Amino acid sequence: MSTVDGQEREPILQMSGIYKHFPGVKALNNVSFRLFPGEVHALMGENGAGKSTLIKVLTGVYSIDQGAVTLSGRHVAIHSPLEAQAAGISTVYQEVNLCPNLTVAENIFIGREPRRFGRILWKEMNRKAEQLLRERLQLGIDVTQPLYMYSVAIQQLVAIARALNISAKVLILDEPTSSLDRNEVEQLFKIMRKLKEDGLAILFVTHFLDQVYEISERITILRNGEFVGEYEAAQLPRIELVSKMIGKELELLGELPKAGGEGRAEAKESLIEAIGLGRKGAIEPFDLLIGKGEVVSLAGLLGSGRTEMARLFFGADRPDQGQLLLKDSPGAVHSPRQAIDAGIAFCPENRKTEGIIDDLTVRENIVLAMQATRGWMRRIPRKKQDELADQYIKALNINPPNPEHLVKNLSGGNQQKVILARWLLTQPKLLILDEPTRGIDVGAKAEIQKLVLSLARQGMSVLFVSSELEEVVRVSDRIVVLRDRKKVKEMQEDIGQQQVMQAIAGG
Amino acid sequence: MFKQKYLSIAVTVFLFAVMFLAGSFRYTGFFSLQVILNLLIDNAFLLIVAVGMTFVIVTGGIDLSVGSVIALTTMMSASLVQEHGWPPAVVIPLMLVIGSLFGWVMGAIIHYFKIQPFIVTLAGMFLARGLCYVISINTITIDDAFYTKMAQTKIHLPGGSFISISVIIALVVIAAGIYIAHYTRLGRNIYALGGSEQSALLMGLPVARTKIAVYTLSGFCSALAGVVFTFYMLSGYGLHAMGLELDAIASVVIGGTLLTGGVGYIFGTFFGVLIQGVIQTIISFEGTLSSWWTKIVIGLLLFLFILFQRVLSARQATQKL
Ligand SMILES: Nc1ncnc2c1ncn2[C@@H]1O[C@H](COP(=O)(O)OP(=O)(O)O)[C@@H](O)[C@H]1O
Ligand SMILES: [Mg+2]
Repeated sequence: MSTVDGQEREPILQMSGIYKHFPGVKALNNVSFRLFPGEVHALMGENGAGKSTLIKVLTGVYSIDQGAVTLSGRHVAIHSPLEAQAAGISTVYQEVNLCPNLTVAENIFIGREPRRFGRILWKEMNRKAEQLLRERLQLGIDVTQPLYMYSVAIQQLVAIARALNISAKVLILDEPTSSLDRNEVEQLFKIMRKLKEDGLAILFVTHFLDQVYEISERITILRNGEFVGEYEAAQLPRIELVSKMIGKELELLGELPKAGGEGRAEAKESLIEAIGLGRKGAIEPFDLLIGKGEVVSLAGLLGSGRTEMARLFFGADRPDQGQLLLKDSPGAVHSPRQAIDAGIAFCPENRKTEGIIDDLTVRENIVLAMQATRGWMRRIPRKKQDELADQYIKALNINPPNPEHLVKNLSGGNQQKVILARWLLTQPKLLILDEPTRGIDVGAKAEIQKLVLSLARQGMSVLFVSSELEEVVRVSDRIVVLRDRKKVKEMQEDIGQQQVMQAIAGG
Repeated sequence: MFKQKYLSIAVTVFLFAVMFLAGSFRYTGFFSLQVILNLLIDNAFLLIVAVGMTFVIVTGGIDLSVGSVIALTTMMSASLVQEHGWPPAVVIPLMLVIGSLFGWVMGAIIHYFKIQPFIVTLAGMFLARGLCYVISINTITIDDAFYTKMAQTKIHLPGGSFISISVIIALVVIAAGIYIAHYTRLGRNIYALGGSEQSALLMGLPVARTKIAVYTLSGFCSALAGVVFTFYMLSGYGLHAMGLELDAIASVVIGGTLLTGGVGYIFGTFFGVLIQGVIQTIISFEGTLSSWWTKIVIGLLLFLFILFQRVLSARQATQKL
């Protein structure tokens, strides 16, 4: 842990030794955080690091399991957002936290409406709301319309306007810029700088690295609910920030030998091509061509748009622009159904919720997708099922090698192999693997990596999504780097982790 | 600009006008001010409970206990006034307090134990109905001077028509309801709660207080409706106001309030009640039709309105500025 010394100032907010757990998750594990007046402090970490949870325990949405909070030097216990507001903490939570059925003006003022003798003064409220939006956010909209009439970006600005209108000592913005365009972000930053000069302490969460360096003086990093450290932004190079967020120190990133780069076909015939494919709020338009027998990896921080890109290839989300063209068959992919028919298989990130069916046996789980493509009326004969199960249990080395074993009693790695087997059985041309090795042990990881390579050698294309640079570098022919929901780079073979990390960090 | 949010109210008012005009063309003597006023006289208690119900439904909840609370109020009033000789000046305020308390307890259970309003108020419904029979299984007729005076007093309007005191009470409740809904923090918090409880919480609104207040308010309205119903029937009986909760819910929905919460107007509810009343009147003018036809028509209307709301909200979802 490193801290910045030589501070004479008193922090306005200090959180120390904070613990918070949810069933099955240690969301915060001994986290500390401090905030000084007149600074913008970025709270960084990958998705699920615990940033929003830290904000929510601070503002009384969740109770704190253990730990102390001081505000202006005094111990405080905040039990509800209402108390947080009263204590001078104004918050824009990550989810747009407004009421779509109320008017824009009400959303800004509710709870603090101008009144006379208890009667709400609508005219005055509307006038003030309009003025606030126009003067501070350069937004000229009809404030008497219900909020649902407006886009998410405008709703986000309204949420910010609400927070600005609460005279506070601490302003918390949890990913306020996620759906704003460049101009709107610029406007917000102008206001933040002004507020900072006025002595407000601002806690800012974003997953856009550029924005962090643009606006904040200090950075606190969380990883998996743990406190990594507090740093001066000026003294923390981007690449170091990224490595701290991911949890790999640079010196540990020695080059590992690349497995099986040899023996793969050289010039790749193309299989599927995305042209200007994009989806608002998920991923900016990108071009990407995947060749036959090629392994293309998507690398980037969690939340950089990797899963979103993969889902577009499967037709799981509807793109709002661009096209996805298959080389062999005419026509484009619009839905998972079409994708499956075209020979695309998608192995989702979260095998617990989206893939595996706990109470079925290994055999039943394996034949599931094949059965589905045949239609439920044409049952696969039991003998055939047994054959297939045995074949894949052997091929993938599933342990224990018993097709009648319940899947829930398998280890994570073996469950992952069962899902893989399920999709391999449909003999896809393109296999999309989203984090296939997350949370499984080293041995199983290596086996899955080996499997990916051997499948590619047999001519199957693979779109591989992983947070682990080491395996990305090891299995891929090509690496596509994503940052801030944008495809920023495409790298050919012979790439080192250093270069990939550099590309992820950017600028 | 005509605001889209008034569209469903406009439909309700239009529907009422059409029904009333249709009745006027078909039956002689239908087209008169007194027929409209009779709608108010006969449905004063329904108007009052429907106001409370509108608030509850706007929060996204439901209150099934209202009919039973009315019955219990008539029963307790009749018993206290008739059998125990308590003065109405004590009994009536006491009823209002008991009704509010009853609602408050249900609201607190709903909020703090996070139990479905449907279940809690269903329990409240059985409880209140059952309590009636603890007092008596028979009708208790009231001949107290104050109650008979309240029942029989006609307030004459210019032009020879008249209304009852109950109508005045109902109109005051409606006016108060509209004021609370649109000009007080409580009212706006109720709408916010119906829009999104999670958001209301994160915006720092007093969610617990608001939710409990809504059921308290509904309890109060039910008790007041019970008092008015006692004036109307001049008796207490455990079978009074059977199924009235469903009439109240139907009025609220026909009045344009969304069952999913967040959107609704007392003004619409007012016309929702009148529509039910006008259907009843038409059927009684028809003479040969069974009064069950009222239920059939209301059932059909409910279907139509819910479909209409569905279409409306689907259209809104695709219509951003
Ligand atoms: N209400 C909740 N119930 C259970 N788990 C939660 C809840 N909120 C967050 N978590 C878990 O806590 C962890 C931290 O989440 P969060 O604070 O939202 O991360 P971040 O904002 O850094 O992306 C995640 O593993 C998440 O799944
Ligand atoms: Mg978050």
